[in-house]
Amino acid sequence: MTEQTTLPLAKIQGQFLTAFPQDLYVPPDALEIILEEFEGPLDLLLYLIRKQNLNIIEFSVAEITRQYLSYITMMKTLHIDLAAEYLVMAATLTEIKSRLLLPAPEISCEEEDPRADLLRRLQAYEQIKKAALTLDTLPQQQRDTFICFTQTGNLAATRPAPKLNLEELAFAYNEVLFRATLFAKHAIPPEPLSVREQMIRILNLINKNHFLDFTHLFLLKEGRLGVVVTFLAILELLKQSVIDIKQEKPYDTLTISIMSL
Amino acid sequence: MSETDELKPIVETLLFASGEPLTLERIRQLFPQDDMPTLAHLHKTIKALQHDYSGRPLELKELATGFCFQTKTAYAAWIAKLWEEKPPRFSRALLETLALIAYRQPITRAEIEDIRGVAVSPTIVKNLLEREWIHIIGHKELPGRPALFATTKRFLEHFNLKDLTELPALPQIEQNSAQTEQKEEKVEEIAKNP
Repeated sequence: MTEQTTLPLAKIQGQFLTAFPQDLYVPPDALEIILEEFEGPLDLLLYLIRKQNLNIIEFSVAEITRQYLSYITMMKTLHIDLAAEYLVMAATLTEIKSRLLLPAPEISCEEEDPRADLLRRLQAYEQIKKAALTLDTLPQQQRDTFICFTQTGNLAATRPAPKLNLEELAFAYNEVLFRATLFAKHAIPPEPLSVREQMIRILNLINKNHFLDFTHLFLLKEGRLGVVVTFLAILELLKQSVIDIKQEKPYDTLTISIMSL
Repeated sequence: MSETDELKPIVETLLFASGEPLTLERIRQLFPQDDMPTLAHLHKTIKALQHDYSGRPLELKELATGFCFQTKTAYAAWIAKLWEEKPPRFSRALLETLALIAYRQPITRAEIEDIRGVAVSPTIVKNLLEREWIHIIGHKELPGRPALFATTKRFLEHFNLKDLTELPALPQIEQNSAQTEQKEEKVEEIAKNP
C-alpha cells in the first residue's frame, strides 16, 4: 500500500520523478489565470500575506510591498491590462513603505496612519470574503433543497357562477313585458299558446345555440300573453332543472343554457 | 375547527397542493368564517406535522414567504441526477457582493466597492436584481442620489432563511481573536507559574 503514495509523476531520462521540482517553470499565461482568480488588489494582498502564514496585523509592509510590486511588474511586462485598482494599491503600499523608512516627523501625528487604514480595509474585506463563502454553504433552494408539491390539475381554474337573485329575474321579466307593450299595436290576435309548446320551442332554441340571452327567448309579436306564457315555460324548465340561468355580474344579461350534468 | 387531529390532514394537503409556500394567515382564510381555527391552533398543527415528518426525507420548513414541504439536503445529489443541467455555481464576486448587501443593507454601490476594493460589476447587480434577491429600497441623500440595495424575501427563501437574523454570524475580525488568544495564553502561563 505504501508504494501507491510514491508513484512516480513522470519518467525523465530514465529517472523517475516522484515530486514536482521546486524550480518548475511556470508558463507566463498562468499568471493571467492567477490574476483572474483574485477579486481585486485586496484579495491579492490577502493571498500574499496568507502565503507567508502571517496574521494580518503583523505582516511586514516592506516584504509584502516587494512581492506585490513584483507581481504587478511581471503582469505589466506580459502586457496584461491591469485594473486601475491594482495600481492604486501599488501606490498606497509604496507610500506606506516610504513613510516607514523615513523618521516620522512629530507633526504628522494628526494624520491618519495609512497602515492602520490598509489594515482596516484588509480586515473588512477578509470578513466579507469569509461571509460570502459561508453564505454559499447554506442549503440553497434548487441546489440542496427542493420544495415538494403535488399536481392538482386545473381545479383552481373553475370559477363558481354567481348566484342568481330571484328579484333580478323578475326585473328582467318586467323589462320584457314593458317592451312587449311597445309592440302591442301590432299584436295579432293571440293564438292559443300552451306552456308546453313554448318549452319545446325554448329547448330547441337552446339546443341550437347552447347559450342564449334571456330576452331572445321571447317573441314580442306574440304580445303580452305570449310573453307570459314564454316566461312560464322558462320557469317550468328551471323547475325541472332542464335549463340553467346564469348572470356573470349584477345587471348583466341573463344567459340561458342546458343544465350541465 | 380547533382539533389538531382534524386540522392536520387539511393543512398537510394544502401545503402540498398550493404550489407555493403558504402563510398561516393564508391557510386560516381558507376556512369558513364561522369555523376558522386560530393562528395558535394552526401553529400547533404545523408543530405536530413537523414532528410527524421527523425521520422522513421531507421536512416542513418555514421560509420567509411561508411554510412548505421540502426535501432534506442529504438527498440533493439524488434529485440533481433527475436533471441534466447542474445548478449554477455562483462566482466569488457575486457571492461577495451579495454577502455585503445581506450583512450591511441598506448599502450603496460605492460602499460595496470601498470594501471589496474593486468596481462592482453591473452584470452581477443585474443578475441579482433579475433573480429578485436584491432590490432598490431607496436613494441616499448624496450627490447623484445613489441607489440603496437591500435583500428581498426571495433571497431569504433561496437560502432557506426565515428572516435576516438567521444569517450566519459574521466571522470575527482577526485582531480581536488574536488579542484574546494572547491574553488567554498569558492567563494560562500565570496560572501555571504563580
